[in-house]
Amino acid sequence: MRQLPGAGVRPVVLMPVLGLATLAMAAASLALGYAALPLGQAFADAIAGRASLPALVLMELRLPRALLGALVGFSLGMAGAAMQGLMRNPLAEPGIVGISSAAALGAVTAFYSGLSATVALALPLGGIAGALLATLVLFVLLGPGASTMTLILAGVALNSFAGAATALALNLAPNPYAALEIVFWLMGSLADRSMSHVWLVLPLMLAGWLLMASTAPALDALSLGEETAASLGFDLTWLRARLIGGAALAVGSAVAVTGAIGFVGLVVPHLLRPLVGHRPGRLLVASGFGGAVLVLAADLGVRLAPVRPELKLGVVTALIGAPFLFGLVQRLRREAL
Amino acid sequence: MAIVAQGICVSLGGRCVLTAADMALQPGEVLGIVGPNGAGKTTLLRVLAGLLRPDQGSVRYDGSTARELGRRALARRVAFLAQDGAATWPLSVEALVGLGRLPHRPPFGAESEADRAAVANAMALCDIAALAGRTLGTLSGGEGRRVLLARALAVDAAYLLADEPLAGLDPGHQLETLKRLRTVAAGGVGVAVVLHDLSLAARFCDRLLLIHRGLRIANGAPGDVLDDAALADVFGVSVLRGQRDGVPFLLPWQTIDARGSTHDGC
Repeated sequence: MRQLPGAGVRPVVLMPVLGLATLAMAAASLALGYAALPLGQAFADAIAGRASLPALVLMELRLPRALLGALVGFSLGMAGAAMQGLMRNPLAEPGIVGISSAAALGAVTAFYSGLSATVALALPLGGIAGALLATLVLFVLLGPGASTMTLILAGVALNSFAGAATALALNLAPNPYAALEIVFWLMGSLADRSMSHVWLVLPLMLAGWLLMASTAPALDALSLGEETAASLGFDLTWLRARLIGGAALAVGSAVAVTGAIGFVGLVVPHLLRPLVGHRPGRLLVASGFGGAVLVLAADLGVRLAPVRPELKLGVVTALIGAPFLFGLVQRLRREAL
Repeated sequence: MAIVAQGICVSLGGRCVLTAADMALQPGEVLGIVGPNGAGKTTLLRVLAGLLRPDQGSVRYDGSTARELGRRALARRVAFLAQDGAATWPLSVEALVGLGRLPHRPPFGAESEADRAAVANAMALCDIAALAGRTLGTLSGGEGRRVLLARALAVDAAYLLADEPLAGLDPGHQLETLKRLRTVAAGGVGVAVVLHDLSLAARFCDRLLLIHRGLRIANGAPGDVLDDAALADVFGVSVLRGQRDGVPFLLPWQTIDARGSTHDGC
């Protein structure tokens, strides 16, 4: 079909470009770091099974970091686009229904109980448990036929509860170091994660992505309001269930392994929306790639910036994201005139 | 072949909105649904569109219930034009009209030849081909309504249910919209349309359904339904009547106090 000015970039062009950008950023993430790494030798050694230093750095440090950056970024970007599409509000973000803060609370609980010191993956498992529990509470609280407004209100309640419980854990921390450790973890980081983290979250994220991607046509229809979407044959209750379930799986596991990385899910859909002709369905996968690029870039910035101790990833994304939001406000104001 | 609703009862928030409403919509006819504000017109239309499950009664689409048809098949058979017409995102006009094809598309299926043809037809019928690349926010009210009508027509459904498609339109656009609906009906589509302008309803509809406080008051030819007694009783107005080229018209002139207290909703 012929392309019109408002139609954005053709998906057959846009998706490969975004995919390649993600690959390029992941490759850069492998190649660049604190120490020079002979990538060719590292790969050769790793494939041959030789436990040389370059191979160890690649497999134990660089590869999990790059993979997690891409996975977490994709999850945050896609969930952000999904929530904005569902709420029909450009200010919605992945954490709006309270899943992220519940995941953070779950991880903090694992910290606080001392489990994380004894069990290897207690932290991410605690985070995932928190996210799943929150999703269950949401579904039970809301029941079938709940409106989007009820969903937002339940999210506000869940967010403030999880926030308060996290603050309580900090308040009652046995010593200042434990509190500091929790605070640092909450700021979000990709440092010092292993391949076991990758294997833990990969299936959950994939399931979440598929669930969210399956709602693409319904999100398009929702552009014209809930009534019109329903008249086009979409079951809104089932749509909400898939989106919340998908976002919980993807974002819950993202927060569980990396802590809170804010603004990615809010900012990325805005940047890419014009490129997909403002179609909320097409925006899902595009935002996933965009999120991956942004998180990988921010993580590279964290590593390459001459600031020690290393800046936290969540801090950097928020520092980039906040001015962007101001820009968005300015643009919305101009459009309103 | 028809949409047949029988004994529809709906209560919303504890208030009885529709009581034992019966109606039928035949292919090829324009059925006007008229009544004062709050009479239950929109509720009836939503029940017919399968958007609202009635507390009692049944709706059959060419003999089948909505459950037997399934959501997608129902969406292909019945197009619904909602009253409020805002798009959340600035999609192009062509993309918006294309949304009407979603019930026809397999999940993640690409646009087919038939989809493209239906979109082009709908846009041509509504005279918006020149606006294809614009967005709804940049259009005038009249153009915007044409886009939304084209979206509903792109569904290529056997029935079109339109909720107050004339609201907010100037007289020229009102006449144009009704002519368009007549063209659609002439193509074999059954059109049910909620209208407030009694004069236009009488002129452009084959049949009128008059409802008041959730009850069906009358159903039949416009001239029979809109008699002086019904207008006084239901709308509380007296009307002036006239004729132009043999076509009768009426003009609401004055309110009268004796608004019907004889019909109680439940």
